[in-house]
Amino acid sequence: MTEELLVTARDNALIDPGLHIWTWEVAMYLFMGGLTAGIMFFAALMTVRDKEHVAPFAATRLALLAPIALSLGMTTLFLDLEHKMFVYRFYLSFQITSPMSWGAWILIVVYPISVLQILSTFRSGYPFFASFFDKLAIGRFALDWCERNRTAIAYAVIPFAVALGIYTGILLSAFGARPFWNSGVLGLLFLVSGMSTAAALVVLIARQKSEKELFTGLDLVLILAEIALVALSLISLASGSGQHIDALQIILGGSYTIEFWVLFVGIGLLIPAILEILEISGINKSLAMLAPVLVLFGGYALRQVVLDAGQESTWTHYETQYNPELLERLHEENP
Amino acid sequence: MTRFAMVIDTRTCIGCGDCVVACKTENHVPEGLNRDWVVEATRGTYPDLKTEFRSERCNHCSNPTCVTLCPTGASHLWNDTNIVLVEPGKCTGCKACIAACPYDARLVMHPDGYIDKCTFCHHRVEEGLDPACVSTCPTGCMHFGSLDDPHSKVSHLLKTRDHKVLKPETGNDPNVYYLI
Repeated sequence: MTEELLVTARDNALIDPGLHIWTWEVAMYLFMGGLTAGIMFFAALMTVRDKEHVAPFAATRLALLAPIALSLGMTTLFLDLEHKMFVYRFYLSFQITSPMSWGAWILIVVYPISVLQILSTFRSGYPFFASFFDKLAIGRFALDWCERNRTAIAYAVIPFAVALGIYTGILLSAFGARPFWNSGVLGLLFLVSGMSTAAALVVLIARQKSEKELFTGLDLVLILAEIALVALSLISLASGSGQHIDALQIILGGSYTIEFWVLFVGIGLLIPAILEILEISGINKSLAMLAPVLVLFGGYALRQVVLDAGQESTWTHYETQYNPELLERLHEENP
Repeated sequence: MTRFAMVIDTRTCIGCGDCVVACKTENHVPEGLNRDWVVEATRGTYPDLKTEFRSERCNHCSNPTCVTLCPTGASHLWNDTNIVLVEPGKCTGCKACIAACPYDARLVMHPDGYIDKCTFCHHRVEEGLDPACVSTCPTGCMHFGSLDDPHSKVSHLLKTRDHKVLKPETGNDPNVYYLI
């Protein structure tokens, strides 16, 4: 038997009794970051493959949602910072070994590229708003230039969209101190999940039948890839060191078992995959709109569960005898 | 790089917690928060038990993951030594360093939200003094010094006594040693 007990008081904020530094704000940011990556990727892909007639929404209007989703994500990320007034410090240095620093700079580059992507299809996607741009010489010039270079812009978007999607996973997997996150597959898993949520968003919003069918098919392929990546992540943990094997127990009977298997794998992956198969094969189309909603839910559930389980996985775990309530009681008795 | 180390004799440590009090007093650590703590580790099966007391803190690792993962450079090494400090003016409170530490030895302390931690009392080290915890220890079980100096007390102890560090497999190369 080995028992390691803290015998002096320790109740460090966000660390004791277990690490709980990041909550829904960061999960939402990771979700929105992945969604943005998927949105930009598919909008660019439709341009590159010249699919405007098959998927008019994705080719001309989808791109506008990218900066909106990203801004929502960055807002929740900002809410998480403890030292908010010093947020500008991200942009006064570049730390090559810190994925978070890479991410901060990727976000800064993604915004202008996203704007160029929006402008390149603005006239066909949003003619009413584009007419205001056309009233100004500079607006006309910007729209003309972006439309002329539409394909080049789309090609430029793809690597940045992929970098954004992968980075949200690498951000977590770089933490060797948190064995549950410490898998090389996590970046790819988050990228594929982000693309899947973006495809689901298109299925939800698009009105044209051909577009819904195209993206339902794409989403199904992505979900199947995601299932394979989840399996690889689990194999990677199961075949790792003692810390990795311990970390895996968190979702194999531990405190996040139900969240992982029911909310993410069941409701977020398997059920929408079945619904999409039924829809594509023409067996049952009555629940067609449910699948994309579940995919979006599953995308968020993945981030939240991975974020929470990762914080529970650790190298050091001490039992504590210290009861912080005693300090509060002391204050009440001796104000 | 000057490599400072702390060497703690688990055979003479009685777990009194004076090191914890000394740190809180010296560094004005707010109540409820701690930069150091004492762990009582018991091994064996009753009645054949062995107890070891360990005074723990930041390990001031030679390969500090909290420094490599800090996105702003706030987490840094002090004056080309292995002493890991945080510059509050550069810290965004993103908490990456907390997640990056396999020893859970960092803390969000200041009410304003920047990260604070054990500094090996670098303000005392600068004046040639030992950290507050070391100089307070009533059993004299704690030692501090440079590993670069082969004649220092810490170098001598590590040459002559069996010792260990916590979880060497993290790869962080910690610099708080325990004599066993």
